[in-house]
Amino acid sequence: MPDFLMNLFTNYYETAAMILFGIGFTTLLTHRNLIKKIIGFNFMDAAIYLFLAAKGYIAGRLAPIIVDGNTDPSNYVNPIPTGLVLTGIVVSVSVTAFMLALTCRLYDRFHTLDIDEITHLVRKERD
Amino acid sequence: MRNKRFFSRLSDFVEYGSFREEEYTLSPSHKANIDTDTPENRWLTSVQHSERSAPVRLMDWLKLRGFEVFNNLYRIASVIICITLIAVLLSVVVFLPPFGSDDNPAVNEVVERYVSKTVEETGATNSVAGMISAYRGFDTLGEAHVLFVAACSVIVLLRVDPSERRRGRLVDPGMTGEDLDFEPNSDLILRKAAKLLVPLSFILGLYVILNGTTSPGGGFSGGALMGAGLILCSVAFGFGRTQRFFGDGMYHLVKTVCLASYALMMAYFIFMGANGFDDHVWLGVPGSIISGGLILPINIAVGLEVACTMYCFYALFRKGGL
Amino acid sequence: MTLFEGILLAFLIACAISVSVTRNLLASIIIFMSFSLIMSVLWLTLEAPDLAITEAAVGAGVTSLLFFATLKKIHAIKAEDAKSEEDESDEE
Repeated sequence: MPDFLMNLFTNYYETAAMILFGIGFTTLLTHRNLIKKIIGFNFMDAAIYLFLAAKGYIAGRLAPIIVDGNTDPSNYVNPIPTGLVLTGIVVSVSVTAFMLALTCRLYDRFHTLDIDEITHLVRKERD
Repeated sequence: MRNKRFFSRLSDFVEYGSFREEEYTLSPSHKANIDTDTPENRWLTSVQHSERSAPVRLMDWLKLRGFEVFNNLYRIASVIICITLIAVLLSVVVFLPPFGSDDNPAVNEVVERYVSKTVEETGATNSVAGMISAYRGFDTLGEAHVLFVAACSVIVLLRVDPSERRRGRLVDPGMTGEDLDFEPNSDLILRKAAKLLVPLSFILGLYVILNGTTSPGGGFSGGALMGAGLILCSVAFGFGRTQRFFGDGMYHLVKTVCLASYALMMAYFIFMGANGFDDHVWLGVPGSIISGGLILPINIAVGLEVACTMYCFYALFRKGGL
Repeated sequence: MTLFEGILLAFLIACAISVSVTRNLLASIIIFMSFSLIMSVLWLTLEAPDLAITEAAVGAGVTSLLFFATLKKIHAIKAEDAKSEEDESDEE
């Protein structure tokens, strides 16, 4: 097996995260339904979090909760990606809620979730 | 022509996961718009059969079918772009350091400093909690404000004025639905299960918040658990019962008090730290509940705010008000 | 790579693809919910228990509930129950 394929296999968490990011982006671009677009957006979020947390993991070490006063850094995994992702998950929920609220308002106005039809109706209204 | 059909079938496959028998068309309203735009369209179809030069014919064809062609091209182009994106990203993954190795550039002296000094400097044995509310507290304060702003904007978008609703005079009749006056007449299983699960989720949320300094968890996760308990309560027993102990006034009170006290605590931290003063906060005994100095009050404030925000989102989506 | 992690990651990607090809909105949201649950197990294997708790409460709980509430608000659930085929072709 060539060398770069072996690398992809070694970094399997990162590989999965990148494929997930691509699938989320494809969902975001190809679907016309707004709710599907929002789900695709959430997939992209999750892929980035997975990548960050995978970069912080060190094999054979424990979660960064200090037990028995053992403060040797070589016992614990990297706590920084965990903190960053914790912040990101909560922010992504509030962004999702905001997007869904906008979707509700758009549905009230145009009675459809299809982004093409909404664009069409807006254009017709403007003329 | 065959080429075009092939593309539309391919885009069908991409869109729906299977080939459809009928030729791909736009949704009915577009189709109606294209086909029955009477005078101009009739002219176009009549002209189509007469003799014209190639560019004019192309323009006419584009006028008739342009939207559809653009849609197909757009879909194919987006799939190609996404495949290219995945390829580029994977080619970067090839050059990353191996997964799980400890000579990763992300594992540097900052991590060593955080892990080895957390207990001594912040009093928290969970170094993630110590990091996000003491070392990087400013970042977390900004995040709490993001939650606040998101809740505010959802209120702006979805709130229905109660007095207008009572008078039956609504600004936007689309907003009413039957959800506003609909009290869920939930079934027996849901109510019995909720009687068991609502107290459990509240207790678990409180436990996670209070033990945030010594075990995994903290303000955000515990607050989300408590918010989920509130949502379950309102689903099972109706909004009326939930409103008795958590109404509009209570929401605003809890939310503003929590956010303000959090901002005050962070301001104290920042003021003392920036001027080089000792901040006289008793750090407590590492490993017990009362530990971590200001991290415990910060966790409680953040947890209550997150719980309020989650319930606020749900209530606004369901009935347009708290 | 342990077998467990490999299966979970494969299931994650399968969930993402099946959301992309499912035409029913309700089904895609339920798949999204299971995606979040698998993510929370993956956080545990990555030694990040804080994230596992948060993801289970926020991703699988609150986000999915918000999606369901939106579907209820736009009457998509009722429509999909009553007249499945032509309504979906309208939506898509």
